Amino acid sequence: MSTVSAAAAVVPVPEATASVGGEGRPTPWWGMVCLIMTEATIFAGLIGSYFFYRAAAKQWPPPGIEEPKLTLSIIMSFVLWGSSIPMLVAERGIKRGNQRALRFGLMLAWIMGAAFLGYSMKDFSELHFRWGQNAYSSIFYTTVGLHAFHVFVGLVMSGVVQIKAWLGKFSEERHVTVQVYAMYWHFVDAVWVFVLPTFILSPHIK
Amino acid sequence: MALTDVPSQQTHGKIDPEELEEIWADAPGVPGFFSTVDHKRIGMRYIYTAFFFFFTSGLMALVMRDQLAAPNNHVVGPEVYNQLMTMHGTTMIFLFNTPVLAGFGNYILPLQLGTRDMAFPRLNAFSYWIFVLSGLFFYASFLTGKAPDGGWFGYTPLTDKAFAPGINLDFWGLAIVFVGISTTVGAVNFIVTAFKMRAPGMTINRVPIFVWSILSMAFMVLFAVPAVTLAAGLLELDRLFGTAFFLPHLGGNVLLYQHLFWFWGHPEVYILFVPATGMISMIIPVMSRRPLAGYLWVATALIAIAFISFGVWVHHMFATGMPVQAMSFFSAVSLIIVLPSGVQFFSWIATMWKGRVRFTTPMMFAIGFLLIFLLGGITGATLATMPFDWQVTDSYYVVAHFHYVLNGAVVFPIFGAIYFWYPKMSGRKLNEKWGHISFWLMFVGFTVAFFGMHILGFLGMPRRISTYPSGLGWDDLNLISTVGAFIFAVGTGVTLVNWFYARWWGEPAGPNPWDGDSLEWATTSPPPEFNFASIPVVASRHPLWDQRPLPTANPNGDDATKSLGPEGAEHHQTPETTGLDARPEATLDLPHPTYLPFLLACGIGVFFVGLLIQAVLVGIIGVAAFVVALTWWAWRTEVDLA
Amino acid sequence: MSDPTASNARRRRSELSVAEGDTTRGRRPMRRRVWFGLAIVLLTTLAACSTKQSPSIVDPKGTEAHTISGIWWLMCGLASGVYLVVGGFILVAAFRGRRTETGKPSRVRDSTFIVVGGLIVPAAILLVLGVQVVHASNTLRQPEKDPLHIEVVGKRWWWAVSYPDQKITTADEVHVPVGRPLEIGLDSDNVIHSFWIPQLGGKVDMIPGQHNVWRVTATKPGLYRGECAEYCGLEHARMNFVVVAQTAADFDAWLVRHQLPPSGPSDQLAATGQMIFMREPCAGCHTIRGTTADGTIGPDLTDIGSRLTLGANTVPNSEGYLSGWIVNSQTMKPGNLMPPIPMSSSDLQALVAYLRSLK
Repeated sequence: MSTVSAAAAVVPVPEATASVGGEGRPTPWWGMVCLIMTEATIFAGLIGSYFFYRAAAKQWPPPGIEEPKLTLSIIMSFVLWGSSIPMLVAERGIKRGNQRALRFGLMLAWIMGAAFLGYSMKDFSELHFRWGQNAYSSIFYTTVGLHAFHVFVGLVMSGVVQIKAWLGKFSEERHVTVQVYAMYWHFVDAVWVFVLPTFILSPHIK
Repeated sequence: MALTDVPSQQTHGKIDPEELEEIWADAPGVPGFFSTVDHKRIGMRYIYTAFFFFFTSGLMALVMRDQLAAPNNHVVGPEVYNQLMTMHGTTMIFLFNTPVLAGFGNYILPLQLGTRDMAFPRLNAFSYWIFVLSGLFFYASFLTGKAPDGGWFGYTPLTDKAFAPGINLDFWGLAIVFVGISTTVGAVNFIVTAFKMRAPGMTINRVPIFVWSILSMAFMVLFAVPAVTLAAGLLELDRLFGTAFFLPHLGGNVLLYQHLFWFWGHPEVYILFVPATGMISMIIPVMSRRPLAGYLWVATALIAIAFISFGVWVHHMFATGMPVQAMSFFSAVSLIIVLPSGVQFFSWIATMWKGRVRFTTPMMFAIGFLLIFLLGGITGATLATMPFDWQVTDSYYVVAHFHYVLNGAVVFPIFGAIYFWYPKMSGRKLNEKWGHISFWLMFVGFTVAFFGMHILGFLGMPRRISTYPSGLGWDDLNLISTVGAFIFAVGTGVTLVNWFYARWWGEPAGPNPWDGDSLEWATTSPPPEFNFASIPVVASRHPLWDQRPLPTANPNGDDATKSLGPEGAEHHQTPETTGLDARPEATLDLPHPTYLPFLLACGIGVFFVGLLIQAVLVGIIGVAAFVVALTWWAWRTEVDLA
Repeated sequence: MSDPTASNARRRRSELSVAEGDTTRGRRPMRRRVWFGLAIVLLTTLAACSTKQSPSIVDPKGTEAHTISGIWWLMCGLASGVYLVVGGFILVAAFRGRRTETGKPSRVRDSTFIVVGGLIVPAAILLVLGVQVVHASNTLRQPEKDPLHIEVVGKRWWWAVSYPDQKITTADEVHVPVGRPLEIGLDSDNVIHSFWIPQLGGKVDMIPGQHNVWRVTATKPGLYRGECAEYCGLEHARMNFVVVAQTAADFDAWLVRHQLPPSGPSDQLAATGQMIFMREPCAGCHTIRGTTADGTIGPDLTDIGSRLTLGANTVPNSEGYLSGWIVNSQTMKPGNLMPPIPMSSSDLQALVAYLRSLK
């Protein structure tokens, strides 16, 4: 049963195809890049829709709705963006085998993200307009809410990653999950770079 | 399974190929059915499921044609007709054309690339389960007594709660969002596989054109599907949660829906057309016995189409009254997009010109495709001219055009691909004589059914009408069209019977019955579970023509190359290679069969059901199942990679 | 660049010549089939050309339709030429290598084929087309001096037509003077409809929340079919209208007649009919100027007696059809928003007489 045909040539992998171990990104990383591209497009569509509504509106925000509050929004935005720093520390850390940097970096990023999320929820509860009141309220709640949902998912994922980190599952050689998660988290921060000016800042520009 | 002189089976005495089969095989029966992550099984499943929808939707079309065969007809009333036309269009685009091409991509890509599975096999299974569940979800609408009837593009305000209060439209809107998950996830898989999992030496300019076409398609999916997800998703938010996205009296905008829908809708037709051209680009060279002319031109054209397709969507909205200057831009780009298609077209002609054509069934479908697409592309160019579009949009001229391009220029390549690749997939040949009969019935039936529709459009017949009065000069052409539709249907039925017969009693096919050039023909028919015991080394665009015998790669003792040989197959691994040069870079552990993709898909399905029937508890159960399955999956990934 | 696989190809061909099967079958039946195909196309076209009663876009009776028809014939010429030439290429290419061993060589390089056939020639053709089209687009739908204003609102599934300057309201029928520029405002207060008169010009959608305007001039008197060209629900197929293009004199006469307040019922039967109209639910949905009936849900009936059709060009306007419509319009247009109004046949006779007197 285990006869072998000698007809096929077995060649050592020739020069032009010599291995380049460890240089490229692993497949899950590329998978996350693709996912991010498609999620980014959803946010782009929502932001585009916002300006589409605004271009056709006589008054913006519509009568009866006040402009979004600025101060706390901007402060908490920096908290969210700032959370990318401990995340970077965590990722760089595990690449060099530093478990502490990984664990505490993830934890700090989580806390900052949770603070932002908590603020978002509080802010939503204080708004004086309903989701379905008009097009402005609909797109506002939906986009800012979708972003907040992405933050929430990120926090849940971080929980799983942190459990694994504390169980010692990551090392200098094996940390693809951390890389992939970190990219997702940076993406969530990056989306806010576009959502904040559009939904919170721009209504103040008349 | 008998050993043959086939590179895919070469274990060089190290491992018994039958042992390898056992390592890779799925569990038998029902458990294996739900837990497989094998791209070949998943690919074939996509194709079979999609064809189930094809024939169902085709029957609907026959009822529609029966109704339209005579003026003031009473085969079905407007209520049923409007449901049929909605279901027919939606099914053909979302549940047939898109998935069947994904199915072929799934089956063929790893084989053509010289690897052992897709980059994300579990995700692959997941995308299939989502497709099936979303299709069932959509068709479950019949159980409520009324299918969706808002047209396949569901324009607001017709599909707002105010004008379509029934739950039937919610089946439609939610199913669109649901099935989009499958398409998106599938696209991610295709991109990563095509870039990272190729046989050593298969540099980016040696990749088969079919792979290029799948890549182009996948990138379009990533950027287009979000738009239709938004269109249908925001519509459903309006319907189910009382938002005001599309309600003009609350500041909403009816046209925004159309922009979002068509921003996806136009790339979507190229998402369908481009892989179909990829199939043609595999068939014509093999049947002409020479390499495809102008490989670089064609690859470039495929990329160009992907980009340009995003710049034309407003040509579906020329009659909406937007400023003419703004719309003129889209008119111009819609003319420009003809050019990359022209490049492909003449590449095929040039290939045949200097080749020696064999009129096998796949080639017949390819030639039929050329003749049909030529006209479809021409009418498309006429529609790009705005004033003419003002007359013929929303008339039967446009119905003719899109059937020429979506039926003729996509379905014909699909049928060609069936005759081309089914021997590989099943180890059985389809009957050539019946294949020719099927082709001719389809080609004649198609022409008779759809050519006259151009003229009906000129004679002022609008589209989506359930009946028409006599005395307008539309009667004869409609009757002719109905006759053609039935002939076409019989033609497709002949292939169905051909398949049925071949499946059990067909003549056995060898590894390379057509003398093809790409790597899938280097395996047995059907391929072993592991595709390649030893990964081949590629030094040409046409490995099976230029590299005889086909060399296989030898592990060099490092981590990057250790899975190249049979030991890699033994350990359920496959090499990961660099994006451009296809040099071995790492070893990928492929996951074993698991129920998780099915469970995850079910969780999502339950969530959508909860949305549909507005039952919070059901929605929560769905989300909970989803979260549990996903966490378990993520956890298992680490374990698998241990 | 010569084919690198030539030697391999030759070897393979000899191996495969037995396995091929039907290589020599194709030629004569193929030619027959080409003629057959052409015959189908020709017959279909002929079948169409003999129809004079169609609302055909190539039977132009309006300025826009004229221009577009011209564009079409240019495109038709280009398209036919392209199809015949390229189709010929396809068929020649398919048969060219037939009697040879390894295919017939050609001095034309692959890239030449592709660049000339696929890029340069199409680009040239498209450029010619594009120039024509830009020119046409710039001349169509331009504002003109002293247009006649008409307002049409798309309803489910009928057309509310009014002449704001003349204060005339009607439904499902649009009278226009030949030779005078028209400015037709198009709106909807429900779903999207589309206003299409193929013989006058292209269509414009009627979109809720957006006021669109179509500008065209009719060039010949006659009756033209108008249609709804955007799927608008159940009775989209039966939402059509009639355009009555009249000479200036006839149109002015029509205006004058319709601007007069309608005289009261002319005889006893009609008077009874008016009473029945007021007694039944009619006035709740319909308006008749000069009476207390002022409903706006259904079409204005002030001139219903003079209209050519009923139910938005669904049935002719005759005594029999009008009677049937009142009693149960659902039999003629199922799902339309007018409920059946059962009544005794004497009441119906009076009501119909009244309505037919409203001219």
